[in-house]
Amino acid sequence: MGRKLLLEHINVPGINTLEVYRKTGGYRAVEKAIKTMSTDEVVEEVKKSGLRGRGGAGFPTGMKWSFLAKPEGVARYLVCNADESEPGTFKDRYLMTNIPHALIEGMIVSSYALGANTSYIYVRGEMMPQIRILEKAIAEAKAAGFLGKNILGSGYDLELYVQPGGGAYICGEETALLESLEGKRGNPRIKPPFPAIAGLYGCPTVVNNVESIAAVVPIINDGGEEYAKIGIGRSTGTKLISASGNINKPGVYEIELGVSVEDFIYSEEYCGGIANGKRLKAVVAGGSSVPILPANLILNLVNGDKRLMSYESLSEGGFTTGTMLGSGGFVVLDEDQCIVRNTWNFSRFYHHESCGQCSPCREGTGWMEKVLHRLENGHGKMSDMDLLVDVSKKIEGNTICPLGDAAAWPVASAIRHFRDEFEWHVRNPTLAVKENFGLAHYADPLPELVS
Amino acid sequence: MLKVEETQSVEFSTELVNKFAEIVSRYPEGKEKSALLPILHEVQAVNGWLSSVAMDKVAAYLNIAPIEVYEVASFYSMYFLRPQGKFVLEVCRTGPCCLVGAEKIIDYIGEKLGVKEGEVTADGLFSYRGVECLAACGFAPVLQIGPEYTFYENLTTNSVDQLISDLKDKASKS
Repeated sequence: MGRKLLLEHINVPGINTLEVYRKTGGYRAVEKAIKTMSTDEVVEEVKKSGLRGRGGAGFPTGMKWSFLAKPEGVARYLVCNADESEPGTFKDRYLMTNIPHALIEGMIVSSYALGANTSYIYVRGEMMPQIRILEKAIAEAKAAGFLGKNILGSGYDLELYVQPGGGAYICGEETALLESLEGKRGNPRIKPPFPAIAGLYGCPTVVNNVESIAAVVPIINDGGEEYAKIGIGRSTGTKLISASGNINKPGVYEIELGVSVEDFIYSEEYCGGIANGKRLKAVVAGGSSVPILPANLILNLVNGDKRLMSYESLSEGGFTTGTMLGSGGFVVLDEDQCIVRNTWNFSRFYHHESCGQCSPCREGTGWMEKVLHRLENGHGKMSDMDLLVDVSKKIEGNTICPLGDAAAWPVASAIRHFRDEFEWHVRNPTLAVKENFGLAHYADPLPELVS
Repeated sequence: MLKVEETQSVEFSTELVNKFAEIVSRYPEGKEKSALLPILHEVQAVNGWLSSVAMDKVAAYLNIAPIEVYEVASFYSMYFLRPQGKFVLEVCRTGPCCLVGAEKIIDYIGEKLGVKEGEVTADGLFSYRGVECLAACGFAPVLQIGPEYTFYENLTTNSVDQLISDLKDKASKS
């Protein structure tokens, strides 16, 4: 069993209440940080931990904090990104539902470190039940003296508020989130200036994912160096993985980074293997935006070594044979699933969620969706695959925010690894509508595929 | 379709206005516009949708131009700009849910209710639509029903039958 830092007490009855949360050691990090550490010391511990942003980008959290501008007399803000919307990702919802105080405690420690006196948790609007849970937890923390004026007699003041979104994937992009929090459409801002200089209301702001902020609690309790001992290489600590699709045990798992992908999929501790006795066809390892990989490439690296659940190992081979850890949204496809249909579904998602600001994304996502729709419905042409790659390349890198890249990568990677399945759809238009291509050679040993 | 006069007057109750004031107090002075999204949720929870009359009143309350409300309400997918059924079944239609049968569930709901996506049943009780990822992929297929946004997970045709019958009971008792 791997170590659990965030979900250790998930099964303790009443862990969603302050009373039980404190009995399991909760709010020790607040006491330790506010009573015994300077703000710089807290930032230093987070830097030492090697914690990397858990929302998808993987940028070192301590470094992000150290970029925060601190002009005299200007308010600073910490905003928690709880707009969890990346298809395949549901870890933040799980954490907020079950252990809301882990996030509240992390918010208090992190706000203290950054010198923020007002902080917001921006939760996607559909998570109304989680918003109520967080509001209740905040009220409890406030009544216990962990929030409000003069926290624990330290002279430090903090107000914490929950802000509902309106249902827009784009608001997971940090500058779109800030626009939304200001009561506007969620159009990403041009950077620079980065939020660390000019964020919420034009003030210096840090935006962090729910899981990143919750991870600050064990980092302060045990020290950054202890946290960094867990994991592998630059992938330190534990990571929440949202496992879904055709597996026996879908759910949220906390892993020590460095577990092998094979163990994660097949061991009883995690996914418990492919459902209904089927065989593995493909995996989207880090949320819908990251490249899809066929079974042989997700389980093993090209050199034959096992692929591991870490930032580095999952991206080994670049986009030619690798993918990304992303948000940890691990979607498993069995042999009955149609790659063309899945790709069309994801591209419809990006078309729907494009904010419309940049032409390549606004027009390109719709174009890709249309072409994929006709392929899936038996009206495709052999030239469509090159067309899709061409359109995806013209979106990638040409937009203000990463949604363009996120829309391009799943399409480009599906064609890269499953081109024969797309071609089969063109050659067999009537079959394409009702039957699936099957497994082909995607589960074969690697050398035959990688040429 | 349910007929509702677009120009019907909208009154905000004292309770609702007090709620608005509490929301506005969360932001620094001069940044009251931040209250827009939460206030629109409150208004929709009471009225079922956002009419232009209601949006104009929100604009007046926040002292911003009506267009600033319209552009936000039309951008975010949760706000309804036309009347809906009393219960709006919003079923996730994105990848992971579809791997385990969401499309069949959406089709089944349509057949069961006898309306097309976005239409309201003759009794005014139901409408449904496919929505994008609801961050519940491990419990797929899922649907949600506002204004509380209660989740119904691991859907089957049987559980959909049960849900619709429960909602009908609930409506007849209220």
